[in-house]
Amino acid sequence: MRRGDFVGHVAWTGAGILYVLGAEGLVRAAASAAPGAFSFVQISDSHIGYTGPANADVRGTLAQTVKDINAMPVQPTFVIHTGDVTHLSKATEFDDARSILSTLRAPLITIPGEHDVIGTEGPKRYAAAFGRRDAQGRGWSSWDQGGIHFVALINVGEGETMGILGDEQLAWLEKDLAARKSDTPIVVFGHVPLFAVAPEWGWTTGDGTKAIAMLRRFSAATVLNGHIHQIVEHTDGAIRFATARATAFPQAAPGTPGASPGPLKPAPGTLLDVLGYRTVEVGAQAAWQDHSLAQA
Amino acid sequence: MKTAFLGAVALVALLAAAPATPKPGATVHIRDDAFTPATITVRAGDSVTFVNDDDDAHTVTADDSSWDSEGLNQGEKWTHAFAKAGTIKYHCTVHPFMHGSVIVKAVT
Repeated sequence: MRRGDFVGHVAWTGAGILYVLGAEGLVRAAASAAPGAFSFVQISDSHIGYTGPANADVRGTLAQTVKDINAMPVQPTFVIHTGDVTHLSKATEFDDARSILSTLRAPLITIPGEHDVIGTEGPKRYAAAFGRRDAQGRGWSSWDQGGIHFVALINVGEGETMGILGDEQLAWLEKDLAARKSDTPIVVFGHVPLFAVAPEWGWTTGDGTKAIAMLRRFSAATVLNGHIHQIVEHTDGAIRFATARATAFPQAAPGTPGASPGPLKPAPGTLLDVLGYRTVEVGAQAAWQDHSLAQA
Repeated sequence: MKTAFLGAVALVALLAAAPATPKPGATVHIRDDAFTPATITVRAGDSVTFVNDDDDAHTVTADDSSWDSEGLNQGEKWTHAFAKAGTIKYHCTVHPFMHGSVIVKAVT
């Protein structure tokens, strides 16, 4: 398998067939991602502390997510939470979230969402609960694992708002990526989508285009985000983007007339269908599969 | 008689502890991801109460970061007194497209 297939666009059809869109643009079907591949799991948007009608038990659905991941026969190398662990950045919410997430069998990595850095205490509480020791600046970091270069970006909290990486982080990113060969698979995490999903709802990163430009020389770059509580996939050259489902509640599809970007109460009995997590396998190629909590 | 006297003392103490210039407060509702009204005019010294009617978290945060409600859940309210005349712009940190203004008129 060519290295360029790392960014293969993959959609799980539910019929047990994994369709792979290779770098050459042809659609192929594969039974599964490469066996024994490097794997990790993405979870997002748990909003611990939310008590509204869209999900009466956000702690329960996060615990269900952890239970499902812990039941995987081959444990992922790590689980990354792509932000909005809490709803209001309250100390009790961080305590509850830590209590549940600490039961993961696999190592946990988190990045903050805008709900985790509210006020003056939010960023401090987040750092105390989930901060990485090797993080730079406001918490961004990178590491090499399994032949892949991972980058965790922070696009909340800059200038008291969200959707901004900021000049300091962009300068760090440019230097970080400059040291990598262009055929190195790159996986980038961030809370708010780097690309413009729905700018009018805050579903974009204002200076994300600068980061995307830095990724263009790589033959295989994947950008995984949260924030919008639903799966949206996007391709820009050789860069693949995908947002993830939440573990807390769904939100309206971008651009839905009359809708706003708040919690969306699902039809009775369908909550677990629209919550879930993502498994990502990286071997000679990368493939991701989205699982709903109802599938467990 | 003694009880009535103590009651009077307590009433005096209560009045003394109250704010010197209690004013009828203006209210801004946070509804459907918007501050309503988006612009409100008050007199210097007046308070404005912000009420979150939405099923979502919001903040009321001065653009110059001089004050911040921090996170407000549905049904929660937060009150801020505006001492100086001027136009103060604010936003919601978790929904940066939400903006509002408080125009504070000098008391003449």
